[in-house]
Amino acid sequence: MIARPRILAMLIALVLALAGCGGVGNDPSGDAGGKASLTTMGFGLPDEHATARVDVYRKAHPDVDIRINEGNFDEQQFLSALASGSPPDLIYLDRNKLGSFAARAAVQPIDDCVKRRNVDMSQFRQGTVEQVTFDGKLYGLPEFAQVRLLIMSNTVLREAGLAPDQLSTSDWSALADAAKRLAKVTGGRVERIGFDPKVPEFLPLWAKANGVDLVGDDGKTVRLNDPKTVEAVRFTTDLVAEQGGWSQFKAFKDGFDMLGARNQYVTGQLAAMPIESWYINTLAANSPDVDVTVLPFTDRSGTPVTTAGGQAWAIPKGAPHPEQACDFMVTMTATDTWVTAAKARRDALAKQNKPYSGTYTANRAADEKIFAEVYDGQSNKIIDAGVRVALSLQDKVFAWPANPAGAELLKVWESAVNRVLLGQQSPEQAMQQAQQEADTAIQRAGR
Amino acid sequence: MARTTLRRTETRWGYFFLSPWIVGMVLFTAGPMVASLLLSFTEYDLINEPKAVGTANYAELLEDPKVGTAVWNTLFYTALHVPLQIALALALAMLLHRVGRGVSFFRTVLYLPVMTPPVAMAAMFLLLLNGSTGVINEALRFFGIDGPNWTTDPAWIKPGIVIMGLWTAGSTAIIYLAALSGVPEDLYEAARLDGAGAWQQFRHITLPMISGAIYFTVIVNTISSLQMFTEAFSMFFGSNIAESSEGDAALFYVIYLFQQAFRSLRMGYASALAWLLFLIIVVITVIQVRVSRRLVYYEGER
Repeated sequence: MIARPRILAMLIALVLALAGCGGVGNDPSGDAGGKASLTTMGFGLPDEHATARVDVYRKAHPDVDIRINEGNFDEQQFLSALASGSPPDLIYLDRNKLGSFAARAAVQPIDDCVKRRNVDMSQFRQGTVEQVTFDGKLYGLPEFAQVRLLIMSNTVLREAGLAPDQLSTSDWSALADAAKRLAKVTGGRVERIGFDPKVPEFLPLWAKANGVDLVGDDGKTVRLNDPKTVEAVRFTTDLVAEQGGWSQFKAFKDGFDMLGARNQYVTGQLAAMPIESWYINTLAANSPDVDVTVLPFTDRSGTPVTTAGGQAWAIPKGAPHPEQACDFMVTMTATDTWVTAAKARRDALAKQNKPYSGTYTANRAADEKIFAEVYDGQSNKIIDAGVRVALSLQDKVFAWPANPAGAELLKVWESAVNRVLLGQQSPEQAMQQAQQEADTAIQRAGR
Repeated sequence: MARTTLRRTETRWGYFFLSPWIVGMVLFTAGPMVASLLLSFTEYDLINEPKAVGTANYAELLEDPKVGTAVWNTLFYTALHVPLQIALALALAMLLHRVGRGVSFFRTVLYLPVMTPPVAMAAMFLLLLNGSTGVINEALRFFGIDGPNWTTDPAWIKPGIVIMGLWTAGSTAIIYLAALSGVPEDLYEAARLDGAGAWQQFRHITLPMISGAIYFTVIVNTISSLQMFTEAFSMFFGSNIAESSEGDAALFYVIYLFQQAFRSLRMGYASALAWLLFLIIVVITVIQVRVSRRLVYYEGER
């Protein structure tokens, strides 16, 4: 029945291509004039962090023609290119998506390639390297590290008689009290959120704060029904329930002008929440005078803790130019390249009269140089405070290895927390079900 | 002798002229369908070769609670969307039919929403439907009604999507408008002479005379509702953040199929899901065809 899998694969690729999703893979006939061409997928050139680094590579390798298919990484596009036998040389994607491709051998291990180029892997932030490691092998080079931190409105806190440094995530019952005090719900309508725990998205952070890693070091054990995970789910969902209930709460926060001048800190619609560090820049750019405090997110013993989001470069199975691809990703993530890019970014922003807020590269050596030589404080008080905290968090990152069922796991625990938020299940029931679903997904992916 | 040669030549030319369609059909419709049927009996992650698993995928989908949820959501949406869409489109078409001057202007305006890219429409409706800041609830508040949380309350998510779907009623209305202008004026005249009122004229002349068009739009709208994807996906599944807070209320069948295929990398299972949907659509369409025999009037029929 499946004697001709290649043909099937081609047909599928054809269907996908027709659906408008294909057509950016490698065309072997495209190597004009003996010049090797390198194609990337998932990478874009939105700013100097991207363009200046590509320029560094271009200068070093004038013999290579780089073709960047701009746009976010799209699984459908990548898989159809792979199925039709014309994968790109490089893919650029969220680190948490890499595991499922590594487990299925859709990307190649790169241990040899980085060893031959004498890349010192210890200069990368440890957590980010773990995220691109699967079964003890390295599958990608990490870049960018967005940590999570707390941003709170001093105005709202003072109004409620709280000093900004009093609010922390260490003492959960105090946090619950503060949230209730800060929130404003009148007649069933939410008018202000006191503390947004950012669930289901931030569940891994809350579980970690309660002493448990949702995914174990082997990348295959999940601890969704661990009593401590369940406790974290109960605590965070109760926070939401106490502040108007999920439907109201979510609708209210969907109404925030997050990326604008009338954002929730300016309007006083929110007192505090944890969020990724990029938001510091957004806030500083749109509302430079808003009165906020930036603090680390802490676990229950008061130790700062964070996840680190970011991307990775990887080489697909069957990539036509793996050597050049390796050169490319090594160059892109090298210390000097990053410093060049940071300078270019700073200068470009200066031309527009905008402050530069540093670059978190996931490469420790690069970060140190950038924050010593390129970044020069005093541009804006929000950025200054934010940079101090974000920088201090770079080595507080916890991470788990690339996971063969990453995307599914995310869906599993997020749906579970949703069911609790909507009052459809108790935290125990929801997380018990999630554990079973996660085990099935991992088993299936690891076949 | 000469006749058979001529016939053969004609047949050959016939096939020749048909060939663009035949090639297209085989390559782009029949081929992928056969491929997906074969794949539905395999485990296939799009990366490694498919592995035959017999009917395991079909057995699994019968037990998968999400399939039940997705089917229910989809049927619920279809049952609400199709009649409302048709009623609204018919009302619009009747109004437009009366407009003497500027008919082409209004026709264009009516059709404009259909040209809106579905993703843009979804983004716009997320704002309009928002329970605390959306314009729709603002309007309801004006009348003293405390509107629901259309985008976050699972009980109201599907009705919200139905409202959004009505935005494109123009495409159906245009078809009705064409059908209405085909109804002979003398029938109305005769009815009026017999003392028929507006409702009776509508019920006994307009409706039967355009029943062919209505039948067509019922079938086409039903099928497209059952395949609902783009708008709901962009609203509730597009970004990671949106996806993390949707619940299962907007999990339509094709969205679940897409998730299985490209998020969970289970193309075999997704193919089985596709065939189940195909079966559901066939059954519903057959019922509609049967029912239509009693209700649809064809001018040319004996």
